[in-house]
Amino acid sequence: MPRTSVKLAAAILIDGVIDASWLFIVAVGLTLVFGVLNILNFAHGSLFAVGAYAAASAVGWYYGGDLGPPFLGYLLMLGSALAVALILGPLLERGVLRFFYRRDEVVLVLVTYALFLILEDATKLIWGVESYYASEPYGLLGNVSFFGLSYVGYDFALIGLALVAGLLLWFGLNRTVTGKIVLAVIHDRDISRAMGVNVTRVFAFAFTLGVFLAALGGAFTAPKISVQPGIGITVILLSFAVVVIGGLGSVEGAAIAALFVGFARAAAIHLVPWAELFIVYLVMALVLAFRPEGLFQRTAARKI
Amino acid sequence: MAGIVGTLATAAIACAALALAGYAAPNWLVLVATLAFSKGLVALGIVALMRGGLVSFGQGTFYCAGAYAAGMAMRSLGIGDATVLVALGAIAGLILGVIIAPLLAGYRGIFFATLTLALSMIVYGILNKTYSLGGSDGLNLHAPTFFGYHPPRSQDASYALFLFTSLVTVVAAALCRIHFDSVRGLLSLAARDNEIRVEYLGASVRWVNGINFVIAAVLGGVGGALSALSLGHIDPDFAFWATSGEFVFLAILSGYVSVTAVFVAAILLELVRSFSSQYFPNTWQGALGVFLLLIILFLPGGLGSLALRLRPSGAKPVQASADKSE
Amino acid sequence: MKLRGFAAALAAGAGVLGAFATGAAAQDDNVFRLAFVAFLSGPAAESFGKPAVQGAKTVIDALNAGSLPKPYDKIGFGGLKIEVQLIDEAGGATKQVEELRNAFERDHVDAVLGYVSSGDCLAVSPAAEELKKLLVLFDCGTPRIFEENKFKYVFRTAAHGAMDNVAMARYLVKRGIKVPDVGAINQDYAWGQDSWKDFKGSLAQLEPEAKAKVELWPKFGAGQYGTEISTLLQENPALVYSSLWGGDLQAFVLQAAPRGLMKDRVVVLSASDHVLPPLGNKMPDGVIIGARGSNGQFAEKSPINDWYVTALAAAHPGLIPVQPHYRAAQGLLGLKTAVEKAMAANGGKKPTSEEMAAAMVGIEWDAPPGHIKLALGDGHQAIQSNAAGRSKWDPDAKMVRLIDIERFAAECVNPPPGIKSVDWIAQGFPGAKCE
Repeated sequence: MPRTSVKLAAAILIDGVIDASWLFIVAVGLTLVFGVLNILNFAHGSLFAVGAYAAASAVGWYYGGDLGPPFLGYLLMLGSALAVALILGPLLERGVLRFFYRRDEVVLVLVTYALFLILEDATKLIWGVESYYASEPYGLLGNVSFFGLSYVGYDFALIGLALVAGLLLWFGLNRTVTGKIVLAVIHDRDISRAMGVNVTRVFAFAFTLGVFLAALGGAFTAPKISVQPGIGITVILLSFAVVVIGGLGSVEGAAIAALFVGFARAAAIHLVPWAELFIVYLVMALVLAFRPEGLFQRTAARKI
Repeated sequence: MAGIVGTLATAAIACAALALAGYAAPNWLVLVATLAFSKGLVALGIVALMRGGLVSFGQGTFYCAGAYAAGMAMRSLGIGDATVLVALGAIAGLILGVIIAPLLAGYRGIFFATLTLALSMIVYGILNKTYSLGGSDGLNLHAPTFFGYHPPRSQDASYALFLFTSLVTVVAAALCRIHFDSVRGLLSLAARDNEIRVEYLGASVRWVNGINFVIAAVLGGVGGALSALSLGHIDPDFAFWATSGEFVFLAILSGYVSVTAVFVAAILLELVRSFSSQYFPNTWQGALGVFLLLIILFLPGGLGSLALRLRPSGAKPVQASADKSE
Repeated sequence: MKLRGFAAALAAGAGVLGAFATGAAAQDDNVFRLAFVAFLSGPAAESFGKPAVQGAKTVIDALNAGSLPKPYDKIGFGGLKIEVQLIDEAGGATKQVEELRNAFERDHVDAVLGYVSSGDCLAVSPAAEELKKLLVLFDCGTPRIFEENKFKYVFRTAAHGAMDNVAMARYLVKRGIKVPDVGAINQDYAWGQDSWKDFKGSLAQLEPEAKAKVELWPKFGAGQYGTEISTLLQENPALVYSSLWGGDLQAFVLQAAPRGLMKDRVVVLSASDHVLPPLGNKMPDGVIIGARGSNGQFAEKSPINDWYVTALAAAHPGLIPVQPHYRAAQGLLGLKTAVEKAMAANGGKKPTSEEMAAAMVGIEWDAPPGHIKLALGDGHQAIQSNAAGRSKWDPDAKMVRLIDIERFAAECVNPPPGIKSVDWIAQGFPGAKCE
């Protein structure tokens, strides 16, 4: 007997929001790094993977040794993402990327692609090819039922995480002094420098924040999956699609785009499952056909 | 500029040199070079676009179209002649290019790149689900013939294909060089620098980019057909974003000054990839990444800039700056 | 383009080529050079690549020491020690064709054994055939290799994927499991598409009342299945079928089990035994598991299987053998059988590719998964027995056991020679020999 339209609509809505939150968390770091540094970070997927591995290792150590109250595991996941950011952020930005800042946008993509290749093998050397799990945190929040469908509480917590991250980012960028300086650098690097802003420091900070967000996505995805080689590769393409649809450099854009893509995917899977393979690219092509710079276009001065 | 005569002379010498090199080289190297040239052709198309300031991340579309055109012609129509198959690949690229160019000519920068990428992934998706074209497993082709010549042994087939590919490559490279040195070709460089001034001076940037796009599409189709013949296999991965990305990287690696550099870079990349795989089976990706970083670091203008440094001093060709103006 | 610049570029290129053109290994008549190709990186490394390499290395080391039971007790292949070279299957079909040619023409290997991915198998087979060199495929699932082509130098030592799903359908019948409807979730590429087609077709023959209610097609590598699980929960089919494998399957189970998808319904995972060791007790009980052959726990007791299990345990303590381990072993033993048969025919010399290819046609041999016979594809394609069972967590042994095992003879679940798998299934399995 076919599903009632109410149940169907509810399922699409809820699945869409859950998917959208995941997409937002995973993609927002990419758009931030592009906005500030003008770098399309191909290594974003690998940073996601490193975050997942780090969290899985930390969580495995913590629960394996039964070292304390279960809910502290979440803090540990957050902490491991922070550790990844504090180690890899400065290392990659100061150690590799800064030699290429004067170069073309496209050359930087090649640099980040090289970084992606290196990180993939580095990850394999450190963690091997086995599966790692971080599943205890997944079950801690129990189950929630909506319209007869059982959902895992953790997925709804991710919605909360996405909202918190989004709001903190928005607030940080728009209402704090540091944030406004970052916005200024996004808008016009040269004038900011002329006004005395230490652009180099802003770059380092922004990139590290981008790494943190990528690792955060990985850390909080780890409980739902088996962490093993290759998890970063799907993420690159999905994040890229979300970020392009939303407009490169725009955090609000990433949020709206995540919702677009999340709902499109949910609708496709529930209603036209064979289209699941293309739906993301179709949405991307459609949006770009009408708004070539994405939903939220950055205002840029035109140089004659 | 040496002009058309100089280019043609260089082309003739190149043909002879390649024929000799292919004869002397071991068989495995001949295949590597053949594949490298096929990929180099596609990268050359991207170089043509890059000269106008555009980067296409979706050349896989035309690469795939050329490969499948050749493949389906061989399987369904029984056509076995290499020249006909490659011509079909070129035509497939041309038709697709002419259709798509007007749609995309208005876009620039990263948005042009992403739209082309979306397009190629849609083609990938469609092919993945089309059982009659082999789905994700793809289709196998048999060895081609060359104007009726049926190579008897495997070594002969490899060498024949290498000669054929080299010939096509040299012709395409020569034509591109002539185009790049022509007025329209130089207009691309100007458009890359500042579109508004070019429009103000009376040329149409849309036309320039459109023509570059069609050139890239044709080269992509030819490269795809040649790859299909070398590998004996076609599959939807030809349109995958990673494949398109590889061509872009090749184009960036070689820079857009020298046409020869594209093919030298292609061979170099294939060799590095192959030797990384042999000596570092577990970490060949990382080795490749390190190699790429070193090249970008030490050769800012791409491999082509090496050729520039060997130029007789004094004559500096027109080259829009590869560096961002700060 | 200045002539000098061009000449310099050409010279540089020639220099590079020259430098690299050395390094080719010479022919050696006292060793057998084998290239083994499997995924050393990327998504299939953990599930299929690494176990295959583990199994292959264990068997090769034992072969070189001569420590296998009869009839495999000769050292290496017929007295020739085996020198193995690993090639990573990651990087796409184009790269694999290049690597295969490099292996044969630059590194002078005598045979290549490998390939997990069907796409790679299809791509490299014509290349090996053209080079007239021996290629033994050991893992890939597509039936197309020998159903749509004829090869002289290419062999496959494991049965292809059609038997997995015929066996699954027959398991349901044997166990008296009748369902009104079926929901499917498969990766949207050839493996997923073919598996589902074979299962759906087999079920249509054996249990025609079961209707396919919902068919979901996530992308390969998606990893996030929340919406698919919601769809399956709402559509509520009585049986859920999936050919998912590796990390995708593990993610699916981790996300589906807490939401109750795997409870109160039949769940069939056609090729899933390889996720049981990593998942452990996270895999619910009662799931119908397939291993693409009588592999791992499905293997019946035999001298060669006993030896293999012991050897693996010695080399990798705590390891639970699964299908890739077994397929690597059966591939090596099949190759050994062929090489030694060729050497017996040519007076004990190291055989050429022609001699090996001629000797390998139609051979049969005993391997850990049982008796293997190259019965299809004009003596190039193997058939073997299959089995299916249910998962049950054993808390004392800390592993997932397989219970309620049903076995299917090779001729029951593999098509007979001369008919394509799809047609054989569509016509109701003519010529199948089940007891």
